[in-house]
Amino acid sequence: MSARRLGFFLLTFLIVGLSLLPFLWFVDTSLKSAVQVTAIPPTVVPEGSLAFYRSAVRNYNLLHFLRNSAIVAGLTTLITIGLGTFAGYALARLRFRFKGLFLGALLVVSMFPQISMAGPIWRILRSLGWLNSYQGLIIPYVTLTLPLGVWILASFFKELPAEIEDAARVDGAGHVQTLFRIVVPLAAPGVFTAAILVFIYAWNEFFFALLVMTQQKYQTLPVGIALFQGQYTLPWGEIAAASTVATVPIVLVVFFFQRRIVSGLAAGAVKG
Amino acid sequence: MTLGASARDKLFVAALLTPCLLFVVVFAYYPIAYSFYLSLHKIVLSLPALGQPFVGLENYRTLLRDGVALRSLTNTALFAFFSVGLEILFGLLIALVIHRRFKGRGIVRAAVLVPWAIPTVVTSQMWRFIFNDKYGLLNFALHGADVGSYTAWLADPGFAFGAIVVADVWKASAFAGLLILAGLQGIPEELYEAARIDGANAWQRFRRVTLPLLKPAILVALLFRTMDAFRVFDLVFVMTQGGPADATNVLQFYGYKKIFAEGLMGYGSTISVLVFVVTFAVAMMYIRVVGTRLFGREA
Repeated sequence: MSARRLGFFLLTFLIVGLSLLPFLWFVDTSLKSAVQVTAIPPTVVPEGSLAFYRSAVRNYNLLHFLRNSAIVAGLTTLITIGLGTFAGYALARLRFRFKGLFLGALLVVSMFPQISMAGPIWRILRSLGWLNSYQGLIIPYVTLTLPLGVWILASFFKELPAEIEDAARVDGAGHVQTLFRIVVPLAAPGVFTAAILVFIYAWNEFFFALLVMTQQKYQTLPVGIALFQGQYTLPWGEIAAASTVATVPIVLVVFFFQRRIVSGLAAGAVKG
Repeated sequence: MTLGASARDKLFVAALLTPCLLFVVVFAYYPIAYSFYLSLHKIVLSLPALGQPFVGLENYRTLLRDGVALRSLTNTALFAFFSVGLEILFGLLIALVIHRRFKGRGIVRAAVLVPWAIPTVVTSQMWRFIFNDKYGLLNFALHGADVGSYTAWLADPGFAFGAIVVADVWKASAFAGLLILAGLQGIPEELYEAARIDGANAWQRFRRVTLPLLKPAILVALLFRTMDAFRVFDLVFVMTQGGPADATNVLQFYGYKKIFAEGLMGYGSTISVLVFVVTFAVAMMYIRVVGTRLFGREA
């Protein structure tokens, strides 16, 4: 092996190690016994017990958080992809005035700082009686994920050959039929990519979840994990267990769909 | 009566765009405008009897005299400077590695994406555990079992600031790397061939070919990450709560505290307007860069 190849190999090894080891340490912690968590010197091999997972479920409402996160992230993804498909198709295929303005106004939203909208959104939701409700969180999430969703979908729709739609129209299909029967199925990979990114955003979001969900019953995983508090000390084992539960679905998605995520992110960030 | 074709087309476009537009106007643009409005009023949530008297620019004058607010502004700028600087550096390294073709590249790409994909709250708790003064991994790595020389990282102003920078760099370097990777993939292979024929070594090729052509991609990554760094919240909330002694207090966290912990809706909105103006300025630069890039590519 030449010196250059060795250097490249070591660099790759270092990057992968630094990316994974801190989190693997946390996963390891979640599997330890209470004594092992604070032991000096630290032990690497866990006793293999699931005690912290059981405790997180029993004493810290882990399953509640999990269910709330699944509902909020799932519905956000469905609604954003639905509305994003409509708007993305219009932007990619149809001609209308103020298209650039519409697109610009949409994309700028993803750059707004959360705090600049927080007070008013909190007031609006309170006056609607929607604090501590699923729709109270889903609606802001849809708003914030639409720019990314629309942009990715529009760029995928644009790449489809227009002749197929023309043919469908010649055969007498209307606008709506063409969109749902022809365009969406053909753009399925793009729809899927957008859905993954929207889901990850909604699953991980913390700021608005913290404001909207003040009752534990409605809190999502990130809020639950941030507010975990024992009576005297921090329950690190339970925090690590809940963190692992919150992260495993996302890590699986990343490992299976890394190619799509990379292309989706590049398209979303560089173009929008 | 049937609608003409063009009227039907218009109706179709309107039907497609209206829901999307409604969301964005009601839950993004209106709240931003409403924040400006609130910042001109005195509103204390715990004193509803006070009403919402209009006070003009008084909140803004208070802001200029508020030492903690100015400290938060400086902290936010320093945080952006250090974390984004390091993220660009590591991002460049990551991009150069995953740009190469080699066995297992897919796994390497997935591995570097993991820190980006896990919730920031989890990242924050994880690093808080590593930085723990009594049984954290960092103290053990530095001092072994010599517990007497352990440092309370998150209780020291300088170290606590460093700790949130470390956590952010760990999380976001790969994202900067992906944006730079997109730039790398756009550099034609012939340029390297030509440089090689001219006798340029690897370092010269990197300096004379790769870096200059990567400049736009690096600029995009720089602005995108800066915009995000100015909105940092989760890390501070979980790791330090702005402390010790406001050493890690950042604008978005300070604004949150004023509005939601202290109930100062008017004054807190003034801080949120400041965050908006700063972020918006960076965003506009970003859009200009990305805009000209896209335009250039299509031309």
